[in-house]
Amino acid sequence: MADQTTKDLKGYSHDPGASTALVTTSTNLIEDLINWSRRSSMFYLLFGLACCGIELMQTGGPRADLDRFGSVPRATPRQSDLMIVAGTLTYKMAIRCKLLYEQMAEPKYVISMGSCANCGGLFQLSYSVVKGVDKIIPVDVYVPGCPPRPEALTEGFLRVQELIKREKLKTKMRPKKPGTGAGYDLPEVA
Amino acid sequence: MPGLTVEQIHQRLVEKFGDAVGPLSPPKKDPFCVFAVPRVRAICQFLKDDPALYFDFLEDLTATDHPKENLIRVVYHFYSYRHRHLFIAKVELNRTDPQVDSLEPLWKAANWMEREVFDLFGVVFRDHSDLRRILMPDDWVGNPLRKDYTEAGGYQGISNVRDNPLDLYLNMDRQVRAEQVAAQPPATATAAAPPTGAPKAEG
Repeated sequence: MADQTTKDLKGYSHDPGASTALVTTSTNLIEDLINWSRRSSMFYLLFGLACCGIELMQTGGPRADLDRFGSVPRATPRQSDLMIVAGTLTYKMAIRCKLLYEQMAEPKYVISMGSCANCGGLFQLSYSVVKGVDKIIPVDVYVPGCPPRPEALTEGFLRVQELIKREKLKTKMRPKKPGTGAGYDLPEVA
Repeated sequence: MPGLTVEQIHQRLVEKFGDAVGPLSPPKKDPFCVFAVPRVRAICQFLKDDPALYFDFLEDLTATDHPKENLIRVVYHFYSYRHRHLFIAKVELNRTDPQVDSLEPLWKAANWMEREVFDLFGVVFRDHSDLRRILMPDDWVGNPLRKDYTEAGGYQGISNVRDNPLDLYLNMDRQVRAEQVAAQPPATATAAAPPTGAPKAEG
């Protein structure tokens, strides 16, 4: 029984060795250190727009507990590294959403949470709903669901951590998306 | 104090205002009557002030669009907390230039509800203190709840078109196939031809 419980817990919880722990695989220790520190302190912006916001709160709560990955909610974009767009984005809110994104300091990452944020979802045919967050800001990870369970959002968060883990210092730059105004060009470092 | 029935309220209004108050609709769930547009403010003032009626609460204010009749009907729901009775009235406005007196001087609750009707239907409420859009952005084009509303095509450069993901996959698949065909050397194509031709010859 005790073994079973331990096994269940082990299966449920995330293996810390995968992304949170400092694992040196390459020869560039500085790069690993920077990526490790970045992915281990991903402060996310509290940006609940609709019912997905409830699941976002649950993910930050004690059961799913996003805090164990070093990720805590911030109430201001200036202290945030990660924007979780949780809910239906209307055109009126899209302008604010872009403003919030631009107020975040680099490096910044975006999770599009739920069907509405991914593509407009149930309200795609509405006159006032943006057909996907990626129409205005670059998105790193899309989490499907209506709304996604906290486990799904945690999975999406771990995917972002994996992205950061693979980042190379010399090629580090945001993809420049034409028309969005987001992203910037860095001089190529040899 | 017991409240009045809808018929009693209507009777009282007809006695006071005559032709300005239309006949009561057939008794379905909620019978209503139509007010004459120029007298709306006076009738509502009477509804609010008369001690027997005393409608102290504007429960709802909304509108419906009827393009075939070229009408926009503004719907009022009045309720009296003192007498516990309800009355429903409508006004019929010309769809091309809908204008009606605001009820905001009588009930403050009308402020946002009239702004909403203005926003979504384009009805202009005269003497409203702050008639601006309330739900849509200030620079939005058109009134979305009108039946003939067509989208302006996005907002401030944000596209309102999203491709069908199945089409995207189909195009990716076609592209990959085209690349495979292009990458395939012609020698294998000729080599593959005889086996397909051989069974035919045998058959």
